[in-house]
Amino acid sequence: MAVKTLTINGEQYSAQEGESILSVARQHNIPIPTLCHLEGLSTVGACRLCVVQIEGIPKLLPACTTKVEEGMVIHTANEKLNKYRRMIVALLASEGNHVCAVCVANNHCELQDLAYEVGLVRVRYPYLFPKKTLDATHKDYVMDHNRCVLCTRCVRVCDEVEGAHVWDVAGRGINCEIITGLDYAWGNSQTCTECGKCVMVCPTGALFEKGVTVSEMEKKKGFLKYIITARQKKEWVSISND
Amino acid sequence: MGDIIQKPKVATVWLGGCSGCHMSFLDLDERLIDLADKIDIVFSPIADIKTFPANVDITLVEGAVTNDENEEMAHTVRKHSKYVISFGDCATTGNVTAMRNRFGTAELIDRAYKELADICNSIPNDHTLIAQLNEQALPLHHVIRVDAFLHGCPPTPDEIWFAMNELLQGRIPIFNTQFLRYG
Repeated sequence: MAVKTLTINGEQYSAQEGESILSVARQHNIPIPTLCHLEGLSTVGACRLCVVQIEGIPKLLPACTTKVEEGMVIHTANEKLNKYRRMIVALLASEGNHVCAVCVANNHCELQDLAYEVGLVRVRYPYLFPKKTLDATHKDYVMDHNRCVLCTRCVRVCDEVEGAHVWDVAGRGINCEIITGLDYAWGNSQTCTECGKCVMVCPTGALFEKGVTVSEMEKKKGFLKYIITARQKKEWVSISND
Repeated sequence: MGDIIQKPKVATVWLGGCSGCHMSFLDLDERLIDLADKIDIVFSPIADIKTFPANVDITLVEGAVTNDENEEMAHTVRKHSKYVISFGDCATTGNVTAMRNRFGTAELIDRAYKELADICNSIPNDHTLIAQLNEQALPLHHVIRVDAFLHGCPPTPDEIWFAMNELLQGRIPIFNTQFLRYG
């Protein structure tokens, strides 16, 4: 495969053709915040947190879905990008019901971490306080739509890794919601294998194990690399949940 | 010179919150003694003062703006304070206080005073005595202009100490990632 050379934040890097900007940045420890992206799952470019600035292109592009090209000059961090990223986190905070103080994922939440990373001191937008529901019909797990950021990691891990495709997205715009099957109660799903992968990849407290209380739901994502490496290379690596 | 140096006037206000932020303030422990030398508390739920005075230097406001009394107080605070600080998550985000916003006030009051009441299940209606709920509980900065934000449920005594020291030196505290913390 052809090698592409590009510039990120003033430094020269080389990358394989077809690689994403995010992949190159990660290899060289260049921080770019992400939310919907998860190593091992397909890329959807849904959250836009990884937007970067590319010289000669007037709009910001997501690093996760944009492929490297020869001679690209990329900026991954500046005041403009940080402003947009802060705006995205603020919009996510305002369109759900995120109450950290009483959340199972408090202190183990990627949305919370992002708020700190982008410096979200307060939300200027009106909070929508949407009237969302909670599905506790599954015997082991709960889906709380109030805390869902629609990253679709659950949808993808269930379809791509577990192979069950229990989850889907229904509705449009602000009415988008994750559904089970054809909008059944989760407990009535005949396709759910009860594996819990969706719970572990969920970045917030939207999916959690029954019985946990405030701050107790820690998500362990190490299984993903373990399974994918085993499938692709027939190698069984040790599981790291860092 | 020889004039009496006036200490900064500090107020703390308790709107729609659980008073946990004030408890955390009291958790400054022995540092309260240092603070007492440097400031005059001119209004606070922990001081017996009935009306909010004029010309306050710093006001810490705990809680969301959840009823008509809170709203009036918020405007009074803004009018008479040089710096207004959102004190904790309820003032900053609405937090637990705003969890009732997805229900209407009528539904909420019915639930609290009728459905769940063991005795006297009737809705209090003397609004000269009891504040009337606003349709939504809001973060303080959605009602008045706010100068800085203390995060956390509650903010840690260290964060409060940092903020007070910055404010007393005439600086608006800028909370770096060390203190930026929700929940």
